[in-house]
Amino acid sequence: MTANATSRRPHRRWAWPQNLSIPWQVTIGYMLLLLLLPFAAMFSKASTLPIESFWETATAPIALATYQATFFTAFLAAAVNGLAGFIIAWVLERYQFPGKRLLDAAIDLPFALPTAVAGLTLATVYSETGWIGSLLAPLKVRVSFTITGVWIAMLFISLPFVVRTLQPVIREIESELEEAAWSLGASPWQTFTRVLLPPLLPATITGVALGFARSVGEFGSVVLIASNVPFQDMVASVLIFQKLEQYDIKGATVIGTTMLLISLVMLLIINLLQAWGRRYD
Amino acid sequence: MASTPLNPPNAPQSLPQKNLKVDWVKLTLILGVTAYLLLVLVIPLLNVIYQALAGGFPGFWAALQESDFQKAVLLTLLIAVIVVPLNTVFGLCAAWALTRRNFPGRAFLLSVIDLPFSVPSVVAGLMLVLLYGREGWFGSLLEGWDVKIIFAVPGMVLASAFVTMPFVVREVLPVLEDLGKDQEEAARTLGANEWQIFWRVTLPSIRWSVMYGVILTNARTMGEFGAVAVVSGSIAGKTQTLPLYVEEAYKQYQTQASYTAALLLACLALVTLVLKTVLEQQTQTGDE
Repeated sequence: MTANATSRRPHRRWAWPQNLSIPWQVTIGYMLLLLLLPFAAMFSKASTLPIESFWETATAPIALATYQATFFTAFLAAAVNGLAGFIIAWVLERYQFPGKRLLDAAIDLPFALPTAVAGLTLATVYSETGWIGSLLAPLKVRVSFTITGVWIAMLFISLPFVVRTLQPVIREIESELEEAAWSLGASPWQTFTRVLLPPLLPATITGVALGFARSVGEFGSVVLIASNVPFQDMVASVLIFQKLEQYDIKGATVIGTTMLLISLVMLLIINLLQAWGRRYD
Repeated sequence: MASTPLNPPNAPQSLPQKNLKVDWVKLTLILGVTAYLLLVLVIPLLNVIYQALAGGFPGFWAALQESDFQKAVLLTLLIAVIVVPLNTVFGLCAAWALTRRNFPGRAFLLSVIDLPFSVPSVVAGLMLVLLYGREGWFGSLLEGWDVKIIFAVPGMVLASAFVTMPFVVREVLPVLEDLGKDQEEAARTLGANEWQIFWRVTLPSIRWSVMYGVILTNARTMGEFGAVAVVSGSIAGKTQTLPLYVEEAYKQYQTQASYTAALLLACLALVTLVLKTVLEQQTQTGDE
């Protein structure tokens, strides 16, 4: 961009680039106004707080309890969906059976269904009088309004990630590879661990990480299915929301900045994972 | 479909002694997957329809007549009508800009555009509060002008635009990259101006992916909860979108009202999924 600009008008190098085309101006202007300005406001507000009080709020017992509830539950949901998603992707790509196309389309439901609706219906279905909750009640398993409910909500919203990252990879593995392994005398288990798993592992881990990141930031479905009691089933997003409702802007900023920084680190890790997966291309 | 072999068509046919065992594995896996998806996805979806209509049709009809509900529908539509075109124009501009010039930091700019997907939605709302709220950067300025952004519709538009910003770019960019510059340059040498090139050459080749991005943007805008909840204050009849109405009614134990709104949003989700599936088939044939 600059090389082109300098050759034409060297004296205008850092001025608002009038020689940029209209799409460029729209892109830069829109991003500055709608994307970067909010980030700047957040970080500048956070930086005005003294480090000690920031640390104190960020590591208060209630905050630590919400981090624990958030990350532990999100990890359990992402891990279960890692395994389930692997099997789902395999079944959808390799097997033919009636209703397959419908199931395949249903995978995207968590992306399309508003989270508030997901939380509402999961809270009902898994409540003690609900379709599934009433079957669990005799076993003394309560789901809605407990941390288990939060886990179910996270299971729902993180379901598509592993399936959708794995499907194209499975599609590309030539079945000749499996045949070659078999004809060379490998057992099905060896074929799976030595031939199939290596290219599928990066995509699986990427999918798990994406689902985990999504679950960590989830609010809508969780707030409806949980009782939102601190130290029990309150997650970090709900804590931020409650602090804002109580006009505790500083507290909300501290927890919000902490969660944002964690999210950005996760984004970095996901990008590295994706780069790792590309080795097999 | 009973005649469909359970074997994948490309499975080795030379191992007949394994067939029986493999069939059992397949059957178990298929049943397991179906059961899991039923428990997590399908039953909850069916429950929305059941609960909305369980009180009988009159109750459902009465819930549709509720004035706060109708205002929530209108506000949801209004926000979508503003946000979707904004982010579509931005998405087209950004995708075009990023594919038509190569420059250092291109990959970085791409990941910056993707940022909203990584920000927890409540944090996105919080950012806007810190920018336009009373204690925010522009708080006193806006108060002086008597302009309300937080707890008002403009804030909800900004929040929705923020969380849906990357959709169109993401869909259009790879298609535009594949397309290359050849056709555009041919049109230019034939004397077309930039606008004509865009309308006659570029847009027809990317139309399906643009549509795809628009549908995703629309679904997320109409369904967004966290970011909008933070900036709206959820004032019934004024700053309540449909998802906020669902939550409010649920908290007030108005199950019928809540599920009526939820059914409407679930229909939106189903329409989105159907259009998505159709467009995916189109992009496989049309854009290439």
